[in-house]
Amino acid sequence: MYAQMVESEASNDDPEKLAEFQARIDADIKIEPKDWMPQGYRKTLIRQIGQHAHSEIVGQLPEGNWITRAPTLQRKAILLAKVQDEAGHGLYLYCAAETLGVSRDEITEMLLDGRMKYSSIFNYPTLNWADIGAVGWLVDGAAIMNQVPLQRTSYGPYSRAMIRICKEESFHQRQGYDAIRKMAEGTPEQRKMAQDAMNRFWYPSLMMFGPSDKDSVHSAQSMAWKIKINTNDELRQKFVDQTVPQAEYLGLTIPDPDLTWNEERGHYDFSEPDWSEFFDVIKGNGPCNVDRLAARNKAWDDGKWVRDGLLAHARKKQAGNLAAE
Amino acid sequence: MTRDEAFQQFLLRMGDNTLILGHRVSEWCGHAPVLEEDIALANTALDLIGQTQMWLGLAGEMGGGKTADDLAFLRDVWDFRNVLLVEVANGDFGRTLMRQFLFDAWHSIMLGRLLTSSDDRVAAIAAKASKEVAYHLERSAETVVGLGDGTEESHTRMQAALDYLWPYVGEMFVSDDIDAQIAAAGIAPNPADLRDEYDALVKRVLAKATLTLPESRFAHKGGRDGRMHTEHLGHLLSQMQWLQRAYPGASW
Amino acid sequence: MNTEWPLWEIFIRGQHGMSHRHVGSLHAPDAEMAIKNARDVYTRRNEGVSIWVVEANNISASSPSDKGPLYEPSESKVYRHPTFFDIPEEVGAM
Repeated sequence: MYAQMVESEASNDDPEKLAEFQARIDADIKIEPKDWMPQGYRKTLIRQIGQHAHSEIVGQLPEGNWITRAPTLQRKAILLAKVQDEAGHGLYLYCAAETLGVSRDEITEMLLDGRMKYSSIFNYPTLNWADIGAVGWLVDGAAIMNQVPLQRTSYGPYSRAMIRICKEESFHQRQGYDAIRKMAEGTPEQRKMAQDAMNRFWYPSLMMFGPSDKDSVHSAQSMAWKIKINTNDELRQKFVDQTVPQAEYLGLTIPDPDLTWNEERGHYDFSEPDWSEFFDVIKGNGPCNVDRLAARNKAWDDGKWVRDGLLAHARKKQAGNLAAE
Repeated sequence: MTRDEAFQQFLLRMGDNTLILGHRVSEWCGHAPVLEEDIALANTALDLIGQTQMWLGLAGEMGGGKTADDLAFLRDVWDFRNVLLVEVANGDFGRTLMRQFLFDAWHSIMLGRLLTSSDDRVAAIAAKASKEVAYHLERSAETVVGLGDGTEESHTRMQAALDYLWPYVGEMFVSDDIDAQIAAAGIAPNPADLRDEYDALVKRVLAKATLTLPESRFAHKGGRDGRMHTEHLGHLLSQMQWLQRAYPGASW
Repeated sequence: MNTEWPLWEIFIRGQHGMSHRHVGSLHAPDAEMAIKNARDVYTRRNEGVSIWVVEANNISASSPSDKGPLYEPSESKVYRHPTFFDIPEEVGAM
């Protein structure tokens, strides 16, 4: 999940308007940019869509780390197309956020100076080629759990962005599984890479859903607004149930000795991740936090002259056209 | 040199150009000045990788059943036949786009001629690649004009990029015995014959970009015949080929 | 002075005989670059499409539409499609 622990904002709006607004949402009528909406709804959405968008953009980095080392031309093309899609997803989401009144540059700067967060998962490194498979299979797999229901979210532009994104994400997860499967079925060294990737990405993937929120007032509000569709625990369970047989097929061991099928519940029982590690990562102490933000800041700062230069030329051209008329 | 050997060298020259430039452009993924440029550069790189698979695939067939991957990942520096222009480091975004424009201009003219190659396979590759490259050129030319004619800083940077890259342009138009043999067989034009059209195109765009073409016609060479590459290429290969070299025989 | 590139709304005709449809937005310094960016972002450069770009500022809106965006697959990049990857049946849906 690319938006974690999004706090919902309280609203001090006219109760009558609020009731009307809630009735629209309950009737599954989409809210569009020009419609009235509670301040809290607007602010919470900006935070959530922004966090999601930032995650796509920062998420380019761990996978981009292997584009120049991809082992075949076909794998290089696939990985590049995939990381390019992440940029596209970030772009669609930033556009959705813009309809709520925050410009791309404003929201970008909030990422760059640390005012806004991105998903904890992208603060983990990609150390061997099987990590690329693991990221596609596990990380995208976890993200899809949340993104599929969000296609039905109440805010129109967000819903439309999610529909487009989900269509593209399915290729992402499958290419990841395909890549790690090739390794799991390969030489002893390749199997070792695949298991190593599994060992490092399992718990961080479970953390993507965030800590349990079954008692959270923020989640209750977001669910009433239909900008959050399921609880974190529901999605995490669904992810585990789906992933265990896929790992078994590959012959990979999930690094959890307590993982067992619970016949009574009809679900797998599994160990919780170390939540103190999660909070450390959120606070900025993950293995890659500093490097990730530094890379984004460098791209933004180094690119300033390009953005300014192309805009200056466009303005000169426009002035020239006006003068010629 | 037999005709087949010359033909294979020609295919390596085409395929190594797109392989190395595609690799260089892919280095930008996730680091471009703005999302729209990031996505556009990735499209260019994807096209070039796709063209590489076609050129090197054919070169491999000619060379005794090798695959495009064998050629890309298992040759050393001295076997590469790309022009030096495509292997120099990216530098800033301006240098990357200037290099792209200088290459695209040559590439589009070359592919235009290859459409009527006497070899059907070459003509077929050119038919697909020329459409892609026409767009690359449109985009890189427009960006070079925008940045050249943008702010004082962007103008200065683009002039510096042009001054740095210009000595690498001449190599694209050097004709040797291989070229003569290939041209005589009607497979490809003699590179030297493309220069006038290229100069006219480049001058037109650079004038709009308010940039000054360096006067010197000095040209670094050695890439197309493998006699002398830059130091940049070895570093590029050590990254690109690492997995294949470290785990020989594995399938990915 | 604001140095942010303007926002453009993108409309694409997917096939001959169809109307242009709104597919999304993007940023670009001017209309020409907006068209190019739209090709790269929203069509992955399929042949036979027509693109309209309108600066978002210049759109006057009445009531919002509920229609979802088009999806333009790329024809030569088959690996973008999930069916390119062969997933064993035992693994289940993905």
